[in-house]
Formats: sequence, C-alpha cells, structure tokens
Amino acid sequence: MADYHWPPADHRALIGKRIKRIDGPQKSSGRAKYSYDINRPGMLWGKMATSDHAHAKITKIDTSDAEKMPGVKGVVIIVPEGQEVLWVGQEIVAVAADSEERAEEAADAIKIEYAPLPYLVADADPQTAGSQYSKQLEQHVTGNPDQGFQQADVTSEGHYGVPVITHCCLESHGQVTEWNGDNLTVWESTQNVSGMAGEYTGGLAEQGIKIPANNIHVIMQHVGGGFGSKFAADTWGIACAQLAKKTGRPVKMMLERDQELMVAGCRPSMHARVKVGAKRDGTLVAWDSESWGTGGVNDAGTPTFPYVFQVPNARTKHTAILTNIGPARSWRAPDHPQMALISNGAMEDLAAKLNMDPLDFMLKNMNIVQPERVKTYQDEFTIASNLIDWKSKWHPRGQGGSGPVRRGLGLSLHTWGGRGNLSNCQVVIHPDGSVETNIGSQDLGTGTRTVINIVTAETLGLPLDAVKVNLGDNKYPPAGASGGSTTVSGVSTSTRMAATGALNELLAKVAPSLGVSADQLEAWNGKIQVKGDPLKSITWKQACAKLGTASITGTGRTNNALMSSGVGGVQMSEVEVDVETGVVRMVKHVAVQDCGLIIDVKTAESQVLGACIMGVCYALYEEKIMDQPTGRCLNPNMEFYKLAGIGDIGDIVVHMMTGPGYDERGTIGLGEPPVISPGAAISNAVANAIGVRVPELPLTPDRVLAALGKAGKEGGMA
Amino acid sequence: MSSNNKEGPHTEVADKPKKSRTKSEKKNAPDLSRRQFIKGAGIAGVAASAGALLADRVVEALPRPQTGGGAGGVLGPGEVPVTLKINGKLQHLNLEPRVTLLDALRNHLDLTGAKKVCDRATCGACTVHIDGRAVYSCTTLAIDAEGRDITTIEGLEPSGGLHPMSQAFWDNDAQQCGFCTPGFVMACAAYIEHEPNPTREGLEESLGGNLCRCGTYMGIKQAVLDAAMATKKKGAVA
Repeated sequence: MADYHWPPADHRALIGKRIKRIDGPQKSSGRAKYSYDINRPGMLWGKMATSDHAHAKITKIDTSDAEKMPGVKGVVIIVPEGQEVLWVGQEIVAVAADSEERAEEAADAIKIEYAPLPYLVADADPQTAGSQYSKQLEQHVTGNPDQGFQQADVTSEGHYGVPVITHCCLESHGQVTEWNGDNLTVWESTQNVSGMAGEYTGGLAEQGIKIPANNIHVIMQHVGGGFGSKFAADTWGIACAQLAKKTGRPVKMMLERDQELMVAGCRPSMHARVKVGAKRDGTLVAWDSESWGTGGVNDAGTPTFPYVFQVPNARTKHTAILTNIGPARSWRAPDHPQMALISNGAMEDLAAKLNMDPLDFMLKNMNIVQPERVKTYQDEFTIASNLIDWKSKWHPRGQGGSGPVRRGLGLSLHTWGGRGNLSNCQVVIHPDGSVETNIGSQDLGTGTRTVINIVTAETLGLPLDAVKVNLGDNKYPPAGASGGSTTVSGVSTSTRMAATGALNELLAKVAPSLGVSADQLEAWNGKIQVKGDPLKSITWKQACAKLGTASITGTGRTNNALMSSGVGGVQMSEVEVDVETGVVRMVKHVAVQDCGLIIDVKTAESQVLGACIMGVCYALYEEKIMDQPTGRCLNPNMEFYKLAGIGDIGDIVVHMMTGPGYDERGTIGLGEPPVISPGAAISNAVANAIGVRVPELPLTPDRVLAALGKAGKEGGMA
Repeated sequence: MSSNNKEGPHTEVADKPKKSRTKSEKKNAPDLSRRQFIKGAGIAGVAASAGALLADRVVEALPRPQTGGGAGGVLGPGEVPVTLKINGKLQHLNLEPRVTLLDALRNHLDLTGAKKVCDRATCGACTVHIDGRAVYSCTTLAIDAEGRDITTIEGLEPSGGLHPMSQAFWDNDAQQCGFCTPGFVMACAAYIEHEPNPTREGLEESLGGNLCRCGTYMGIKQAVLDAAMATKKKGAVA
C-alpha cells in the first residue's frame, strides 16, 4: 500500500523553492483568457435593469419599448411585479441584444414602477437603527466579568470600528452561457468550478428549466479576482442562461462596475464599544464588548471576542443591523480583520494606559493564547521586531516627534485554520513519458496551477515542464471551491496521492528490468533508479516506454496525513502622520507568517505581500458610502471607491516561517491569514504616532483630524 | 497623490444618448452624455467624495483629421466605416461613433488583452499605446484613434516572444489574478520608453494611473527597474 508523506527537506528538488508561476507568461503577455474575454460566434450581450429603490414593491414592469428596439433579442424578468426589491441595484429584468451598446440602451428603456417601502442603509448602531432593523444575537459570558474588572488595576474603554467595504474584483461577476440542445456550457468567473453545475441546475429549476448537472459544462481558465465573492451562479448567471435558451444564442453578461461595487461585494461592517482590564504587570483579566455591524438584509453571524487572547473573564454581546445595502459575501478571512482591529486596538490602548510597550504586553499574555500557537507567536514577534527595528524605533504613545509629521509603530497578531477542502485528482503517465494532472479546481491567481505542477513533478522526479496541469473545467475530477484558504492543501495532497499511485504502478512495471523489487526504486532527476544509487537506473522515457500502449492513471483525494490546520501570524507597521493635514503615509510594513510546509515560496510570499497591500487599502482608503436619504451607494466607481496605488504602500517585508517545527505539519492554507492584521497594526501605529486613537477605519484625513480635534478639546495631547 | 502618464484623445460625435453611463451617474447628472462624460474625465456625476483627493490626471484633447462623416464633421449616430491601425495592421470596421476603442478591440476584433474594469479612466486595465503613448482605451473613442498607431498588449512584442517588461513581470511575480497585468505592462513599457533610468520614487509617481486589487505593486516596482535595465543592456549589445 502506498505510503503518503512529503519528501524530507534534503530530498526535495522543487518543493519549498522559489518557483515562478507557470501561467505567468500567459498573464503578462495578455494571452490569458478570462470568462470576460470569451467571445462566441453569434454571441449576444446581456444587460440588466436594476432597482432604483433601497426597498420597494414592484408595481409595474413594462418591457415593450425595449423589446421593439433594434437588435434586441430577448427579455427575462428576474423579479416580477408584486414582489419586493431589497436594495438599490438589485436585478429586476435582463435583456439580450446583438451589441453591448444596444443591450445597455434596451435595459435603460425598461420602465419599472415602484411603491416605495421603509429602508435603512446607514451603518447605524443598535439604538439608532431601532428594533425593526436590529437582531440581537447570542450573548456569551466566560468566567465572572464583574469580578474580573474588580481585580483589574487598569481598565481602558474605547470605540473601534470598520465600515462596509466591497470586494471590487477587477473582473466583474458574470459569465457567458451557451446551449447546445439539452446541454449548457458556462464560462463563469468563479471560485467554484466543480460546484457550479449544481448551482445552475438548482437555479434554473426554480425558473422551470430542468437540466441535470451532468449536462452542464463549466469552464474557467483564469479569474480576475474573487476574494470570497464568487461562489454562486447568482441571479445574473441564471438570467443569462435563460436568455441564451430563449434566444438560442450564446449570451455574455458581465456586471457593470457600479453593479459590481453595489451588489456583488460586501464585507460586513463591525463596530464595538470595548472595556478591557489588566493587572499592573499587564496580565489581562477582564473583557466586555458590545459590538454591532451590518452585512445587508441578513445577519452576518457572531464575531468572537476577544481575538486570539482567551481572557478569563469576558462578556460579549453582538447585534446584527439589518440594512438594505446588498447582501454580504464572504470577504477574505470573514470577520477576522474586523475582530483583529477591534480587539488588538483595545489591547494597544490598554498597553498605552499601562505605560507598557505593546510588544511586551502581547508577550506577557502568551499564556492565554492557544497553547500550540505560543512558540510560533513568540518566534514571529522576535523576527518581526528585528525586521522593523521595533526596540529602537518604538516610543511611548504621542512621542512621535514635535513637527507636523509624526512617526509611530503598531503591531497586531492573528490566527486562521486553513485545512484543505475535499479535492480529487488524477495523474496520467503516458507511454511517451508525458504526464498530465487533471483536477477540477481553479487558480485564483494564488498559484494553484504552479503548486499542482510542483507536487506532480517532485513526486515523479521530473522537471516542471514535463507535466501539463489541467484545471478550471468541471469535467476533471471534482475539487472543492477556493475559499477559506483551503485550496493549496486540497490540491497538493490529492495530487501527491495521485502521483504517488501512478508512480508506484510504473515502478512495478520497471522493477524486473532493474532486478530489484519496486519498493527499492525511486523517481529522481528524470530517472527511475535504485534508491540512493543513480548508476542503477533507466531514464524516465525508457521506463514509460515499458507501458506499451496503455497509460497509467493514479487517483488521489485530499489526505489528512499530508496537511494540517491552524496558523499564527504577526505584523508590525510604521507610519507617518501629518497632524496638520491628517494624511497617513505608510513607511514600512512587516508580515511574519507560518503556513506549514510551503510548496512554492515565491507565490506564497506574493500572497502575503498582496494581503498586506489589500490591508493598506482597507486601513486607509476603502469604504462603501451609503446615503440614507436616497438609499443609494455614493461611490460605486473606482474614482471614489479608493484602492491604494503603487505609491501608497511604502516598503513591505515578508518573512515566511519554514523549516523544523513548520515543515512537518504538512500544508496549510495561506490566502486569508495575512490580510487580517494590517488594519489593526496600521491603526495602532497611527495611535502611537499622534497620541490618540482614530476609532474608525479607514484612517482618512478627516477622521484623523477629528480624532486630534476631539483630543485637543478634551485637553489631550497632540 | 500620484499622477500618471495617460492621455485620452477625443472628438465631437453626435449626441446619441449615452453609452455606458452607470445608473448612479444618470441619477446624479441625468443630462450628461458619454461625450460630455469623457470630456469630464471621470469627475462628473459623483456627488460625494470618499474623503480622498482626485489624482492629477492629464486628459488631452487631440485634434482629429476630418474624414467626412456628417455635416460639419459630426458623425453618427449610425455605424460609420472606421479604419484602425492596430499592431501594424489595418483593420476595417463599421462602428457606431459612440463605440470606445476598448470595446472595438474587445468586442469587434477579439483583442481581449486590454480589460474593461472601471470603464472610467481610473484603473488603467484598458491601457494601450497610441503613437507610443499610454492611453486609457475605455475613454477613447475608436473613431478618434483613426490614423494613429495603436499598439495593444498582443502587439507589444512583435517577435511573438515575451517583451522585456512581460518577462520582468513574470520574473518578479508582479501578477496574481492577472486582470490588471496587461494594462500595467503597457503602462510600464511606455514609462521606461520615456524614462530609461527609472527610480522608485519616479515610477511610483508616474504609474499611479493603474490599480491592482490583488496587491502586486512590490513586484511591479522591481519589474520596472529590471526591465529598464534589461532594455538598456540589450540596446548596448545592439
């Protein structure tokens, strides 16, 4: 029986090295085809008429003018008369025409009448929102919070918060759909290739179109960002397939940019009033928080406070505010960046009140973090503080200089799971020596193709280019959706297993010619050789030639023996704040992260770098601004929904924890954890620089100046 | 705030009702046409500021040779013949005058390297070269590009291999999802063409007209420096 393990560190040709992504040349030369780029013969364009109201009953839909317009081929009603719409931008009617411009004109010509209903779009606290829009979730109590606060020598109280932000995928949501008789082909922009057929089967059944999942072919070679927002077929996918069926022609329907920002991405807000207490020496003893936030019309779940630290006495209460802002979608590390900002912000404020260096404060409380993470955090704090020169640069709060530009340092820590999803894999060795790996997964730009390629090639002792990786197609063995940092373990453990199975079959064929039993053989450096004896070998090609005409297929699925779960990371940030203008400038950001065995260091580092930059975006710039009087989003465009540019990020340094203590854990997902801490680390650095907490992200000039002004009025510093 | 090295030529076209105005823009400025919008270069129609400053963006009006069309040089609203020189090849199309260069490339010529993302001259995913300069093709009308030399990412490296900038993006992993990448490569290639000795500060300033969501800027900074170096070495050998 095959024995599944990763090769030891001294016997790896590819794993753990810095390898360039294999689809890099396609992407950087513009040849990579995304779903948005698919053009089919006779293809129509779909566009949608959407709701003008945050909440209303639709009283009349008149598509007659639109249907008479030149080039218009079909109309599909998504929300019929008599039903309610629950946010501005909600899809009501889809129309297909023979050019993009004509489809847009037709969508505009659809007349919809509404009976407006009450709504809330403001990111309000429970008192302001009122009971109609609030849903109080379960209250949690640990230990005895009242007694805990009595034991505390110092308590700190504060307000912290993060507004709703959107995913802002550069490739908007959407798809091309095409029917061929009873069969449907979908080129979808998705994180969920293998699960997408089921999405269409279910969604189309609701519209009276019966199609079994095995008649649906889903294809997606590249996706322009998902970040947790692209798992479903969505109403536009189903409407697109309906339009294609109705017109008998392929239809492309991608969201416009404003739709993308209004309805296809929403990370719930989270705000909190926090009281936290510690002994004089920094020992945390008590926590009390009342938090709230909105993720649209449904409640977005309960956060866990305090974050990472298991404070012995704690009371937490969370209220979901139900608003008409468009539905929440999971956003890279759901809830964690918000929890980290609130919790680690409160910890930093408490440390400042204790006159403690927050690094010492964090280290002092390592006895109340998850025991298996303690050493990781301690090591990571040491490395991070060296990389940012914490010991010499950190200063007590507010002593960031006397000129208009103040410097400050902040830190944060985080955790994540990252166990592999259920994935299946098939590795085929052909008699000519060529190899293919087939897996119904998807590469979101995280390097999934490259990782699969590395694992296959490493297992078979081959160079990277001897292996062809096939993914992004639901005709390959099913693989889990890419969310929750589950893909790297899902695909690398199933690939390792499939490649090992195929290799063992080959070794059995080859063994007689080398005069040893198969278990004495290994694949290494393009050869099948007697273990440790390269002289007793035959080339890979010669070995495969022994297969005659029959290819070998090895199959594998996600394997627990090869992976693990649970990581810790720490980040430190250095900023400059101009107290006259309120502008925050990134100087340096350091991220130290573990993720078990790293398959490709290069793409792993890119994940962390990217997460830090995404963190700079939500710490300093991003906010979905809703207008209560009109119910509308005020910035559904990229001019005013701000992302960081190339000049806004400062220097970023990434250190990956590898080697003993990490490698033997096997693979663990990496996509989410490093995006958790930037908001907290940057907010803490700003507080350290200017001497006061800016309560809410993003740390825009107006917020910074308001916090300074308030502190000035109250006789504070700055 | 960063500026950028983009420009967008434009001209007068018949005031056919808009193309591609978003619902929010229509609500806030119902009489705004696509033509006016392009003239406004992205600042029109937005009532509230996200607490951020506008980038200092240069959108230049370039004169267009009179090629017939309607009375007084007004074209449309129906389709008109348009000839575009793209990647060295003449392409004869019939396009409504409102069709942008980006849509002409993507929807009529299947040149999909340039991406449609913001569609408002903000993010640079649509960047192409016109007469050697980086231009937002989403806010350039196709008819305005007649008689000009248009290069798309597909034609950046005529040999069919990897352009030094594409190679440097690959080497430095300056790409994740890759959707912003072709536009960034085009902007960066035009930048080192004009600035063969780039500095970190200089490129941060000049490449502010392109946005990435995955966070690949660290790789891009190094890629620009590497590609400039590689191009100079190549030039020295030649």
